[in-house]
Amino acid sequence: MNSILDIKGVSKFYTNHTALDQVDLSISPNKIFGLLGPNGAGKTSLIRIINQITGPDEGAIFFNGEPLQIHHQKNIGYLPEERGLYKKMKVGEQALYLAQLKGMSKSEAMASLKEWFEKFEISGWWNKRIDELSKGMQQKVQFIITVMHRPQLLILDEPFSGFDPINAKLIRDEILKLREEGTTVILSTHNMASVEEICDDIALIYQSKKILEGSVHDVKEARSGNEFSVTYQGDHMAFAKALWIDAELKETKTIINNKHCSTIKLADNKTPNDLLNAIIPHVNVLGLEKATPSMNDIFIDRVNEINQGNHE
Amino acid sequence: MSKTWLIIQREYLVRVKKKSFLLITFLGPLLLAAGLSLVIYLSVKENIQHKVLIIDEKAPAFNNLQDTKNIEFNYGTGMNIGQARDLLFNSDYTCVLYIPRNIENSNVSKLYYKKQPSSSVIRVIEDKVENVVEELKLKQYNISREAFYDVKTNFVLNSIKFTKNGEEEKLDKAASYVGFFFGAMIYIFIFLYGIQVMRGVIEEKSNRIVEIIITSVKPFQLMMGKIIGVALVSLTQFLLWIILTAGILTAVQSTIFKDYYDPAAITAQTQVTPDIAVEIQKENVNQNKFDLLDPNNIINRTNWPLMIGLFIFYFLGGFLLYSALFAAVGSAVDNETDTQQFMLPVTLPLTLAYVLSTSIVDNPEGPIAFWLSIIPFTSPIAMLVRVAIGIGDGGIPVWELVLSMALLIVGFLVTVWIAAKIYKTGILMHGKKVSYAELWKWIAHK
Repeated sequence: MNSILDIKGVSKFYTNHTALDQVDLSISPNKIFGLLGPNGAGKTSLIRIINQITGPDEGAIFFNGEPLQIHHQKNIGYLPEERGLYKKMKVGEQALYLAQLKGMSKSEAMASLKEWFEKFEISGWWNKRIDELSKGMQQKVQFIITVMHRPQLLILDEPFSGFDPINAKLIRDEILKLREEGTTVILSTHNMASVEEICDDIALIYQSKKILEGSVHDVKEARSGNEFSVTYQGDHMAFAKALWIDAELKETKTIINNKHCSTIKLADNKTPNDLLNAIIPHVNVLGLEKATPSMNDIFIDRVNEINQGNHE
Repeated sequence: MSKTWLIIQREYLVRVKKKSFLLITFLGPLLLAAGLSLVIYLSVKENIQHKVLIIDEKAPAFNNLQDTKNIEFNYGTGMNIGQARDLLFNSDYTCVLYIPRNIENSNVSKLYYKKQPSSSVIRVIEDKVENVVEELKLKQYNISREAFYDVKTNFVLNSIKFTKNGEEEKLDKAASYVGFFFGAMIYIFIFLYGIQVMRGVIEEKSNRIVEIIITSVKPFQLMMGKIIGVALVSLTQFLLWIILTAGILTAVQSTIFKDYYDPAAITAQTQVTPDIAVEIQKENVNQNKFDLLDPNNIINRTNWPLMIGLFIFYFLGGFLLYSALFAAVGSAVDNETDTQQFMLPVTLPLTLAYVLSTSIVDNPEGPIAFWLSIIPFTSPIAMLVRVAIGIGDGGIPVWELVLSMALLIVGFLVTVWIAAKIYKTGILMHGKKVSYAELWKWIAHK
């Protein structure tokens, strides 16, 4: 398989706890990969291992098929959750310095930075000190520093936090554009809306273990069950009465006056046709579609399942 | 290597370009020298014209005092001291010089004034009166002035050490003080700049940029880059201070204090014959023991290339050793206030060496001096104090210096290795108070 990053049986132990427990992950090139999990699940430990800030205690990591080595660092860009820059240093000077540390020559770095500064309309900040910028402005600089060396793999830890909606959109568009241009992105976040919006694949880490992995579409499909939402006109009491024993009414929302939307869970042997046959005599059906759970629901459901499993 | 070099460059340039660095480096010696010179200048040079009224109970012995540029002598013949005092307040006289009848026996006379005259004015009057008193005594005993200067003795006891080769070398306490000065400089610079390393580490850790940097370089490179960068900053400052201070002192000496050591100027001021002026000049030199132009003074006797060379070696060795520890302390804490618990064991040996270096000056070959100059934690200070008395015959044995230098190198390698282990783990730890037990775990961790 031609994944850009293969994580095989990686474990990380600290004195009093296990940060990662036999985690396997495979990240396909040219995709945006959502790394999800509650605080303390082990996401940061995993990211630090990929960045070679620390090493795994067990397992191995492969970058483009080669065992991960120091020289791969220049192919990786990392935006940590806790952002940080030298406060007293000038924006341009600082970006040049960090670019050169990544292995770019001064002229390469200059050219790349000029392009990014123009794209983000911040060319005028070159000689400003970081502590003269607003928080949002600092975030932009930080993002540029993460991507300026054109990494093949971009690791973004909560990239949207701290941005106003306009700049968050700017960053989101940039991330999508980078994917178009061939970059692979690992997006670590709690923000489920952004996961549904831009991620192609996801993995859920919980209590040091991977508990879910797949494409967003597949994961949703797999966990959607036999549920449908029906929009109709008519008496919702009559609608409820029309349902038989194998159809469970989960919730009903009134859209306007006698227009409603209800979610129905069908028994496994029933189809939407059975449902339509039952209700058409009673209400005026306006629409029917398969109800898919949000990533948020899936996240919570899966975590609850694990917790129940632990208690039993 | 090139990445470490980039880090060294940044650490160096960021600090050297700071206004505070430029201010301290350039203005420091300038302000110090200017302040000192001003004080000395004001006390030596005096613009006020003094009009001195002499009440001479031995008249006419003192009737012959010559006026100088700013002192005019007048004689209150037949006046007593009470009348002179009244006159002082009702005239433009500034002082009353009272010569008692028994001046040859008491060697004391009194100068009454309205406003304190400068020390140089007092000195000039003193010299003039002293000359007359000497003249009186010489006449009394029937001695010629030449014979007098011949008899007058400035005794010196030289401590001499016998060496195996039969050569004699002077055990030179003044030289030890030069060493003490260098030791003190090392103490101050390690402290001043070691703390800067620690602050730098805390800054990078607390604003989290360290996490970005160590995705490009190894933590060890970052730590060493910072330490070396700061070391170069401190060397820059030290060398600039030496050059500036020496330059300013030389300039000041050759302009403002020219008169003080110049027989011609002394002749003009005190109205004595030139050969006497030469004697006075010698006395001035002897009394002050600090004439940059005198080849025998300690400044010119010191082997500066050796001292500065060893200073640089011991400073760098000591600085690498201590600032690695400072970096480790910085990495283990979240902010500067938390550093207290780890600072004591780091600063204790350094301070101890500094405090005990006064006893090394007294006894540069005793056991305290020996051990402190061998142990890497104290040798940067202790060895410089000792080495000032010389190396080899008459000084400290060569093997002791070689051993001390070798141990310092081993010492800093070991310390840097241990510090790097703490640093590597520490910079990624947040929001947790670290104990010594925890530090030990980090060091022991494979």
